[in-house]
Amino acid sequence: MEVAHLQRRFIDLTTTLFQQGILDNQFIQLQQLQDESNPNFVHEVVSLFFQDSEKLLNELSRILDHQIVDFKIVDAHVHQFKGSSASIGAQRIKDVCIAFRSCCEENNRDGCIRCLQQVKQEYCLVKSNLEDLFRLEKQILAAGGSIPTMQ
Amino acid sequence: MVQRNQQSPQQHQEAMTVEAEAQFHVLAVDDSVIDRKLIERLLKTSSYQVTTVESGSKALELLGLREGQDTTPSLPPKQHEIEVNLVITDYCMPGMTGYDLLKKIKGSSSLKDIPVVIMSSENVPSRISRCLEGGAEEFFLKPVQLSDMKRLRLHILKGKSNCNEQQQQQEDSNNSSNDGSSSSSTSSCSNNNKNSSSNKRKAIDEELSPERTRPRFSHDSLTVV
Repeated sequence: MEVAHLQRRFIDLTTTLFQQGILDNQFIQLQQLQDESNPNFVHEVVSLFFQDSEKLLNELSRILDHQIVDFKIVDAHVHQFKGSSASIGAQRIKDVCIAFRSCCEENNRDGCIRCLQQVKQEYCLVKSNLEDLFRLEKQILAAGGSIPTMQ
Repeated sequence: MVQRNQQSPQQHQEAMTVEAEAQFHVLAVDDSVIDRKLIERLLKTSSYQVTTVESGSKALELLGLREGQDTTPSLPPKQHEIEVNLVITDYCMPGMTGYDLLKKIKGSSSLKDIPVVIMSSENVPSRISRCLEGGAEEFFLKPVQLSDMKRLRLHILKGKSNCNEQQQQQEDSNNSSNDGSSSSSTSSCSNNNKNSSSNKRKAIDEELSPERTRPRFSHDSLTVV
């Protein structure tokens, strides 16, 4: 595929992710920290985020499967998830985590379960979109182009 | 530093000194591997030398202060395992919190001069003021930004110039020939002192505001390079 076309798709996808609030400015910060000496920085951080998130989501599902829930532990996990999603700029995950933590505070198991479903959906959305973005990046580089930058 | 080429040899010498100082060593403490990676990159991009650890106790170990040894470290200041110019730590960590780490550092006779900066994702005013009252130089709201990193240098230089003052007193009595550079850094120190106290206040104001102003992303700003 033509480089210009791939670059256009890259820009369109990035723009959509920002317009829909899936990503925020923190993601641009990450991109700005990537340079020749660290060409894979964004990918490395996001991979760590995927690993961390999946572990947390599994753990949360396991805990909330039980009738008796230690909401302090749930809150600690959600706090961690909120922090990591903020660090990569996954804005909508962060927002659901805020609602999730209020449910923990109210010892509201049903609310927590609803938030968990929501946060899982948001996570899948971020993951598939970022994977698309990385795939496009690879294709652009393979075609000899450079990655469009955002200011 | 950028205009080094246009300077006289004497100024050049000074610029070299500044450059040598630019490689300050920062110890970053965070239990999240993602945030460690992020802060490491932020600090390296801002040309600091960086060591990251995942807990407060690891940080103290690196600084040469063993647990249970509240005031007297095992080694005199100059012989720490590593020389650290500044500690930046997360607040919320399992076990020892960032505040606990701050108190340990400030309670140690040999470590107390190391500037400490605390970061947190939560905007809790009482927590912020407790940390600042406990001797923290500044409180950053996470996620930490590249612009925050520039401020660290001020805190380091403030600490350095305090040392220089003591050094200069010694050197004066020894009739040292190094007056020029010492006095120039001492004069910048008073500025730094002034700046840093206003920075602190600014930091609190920022933390208290609901949203920090940050560059907004817009479609127009997208450019193809």
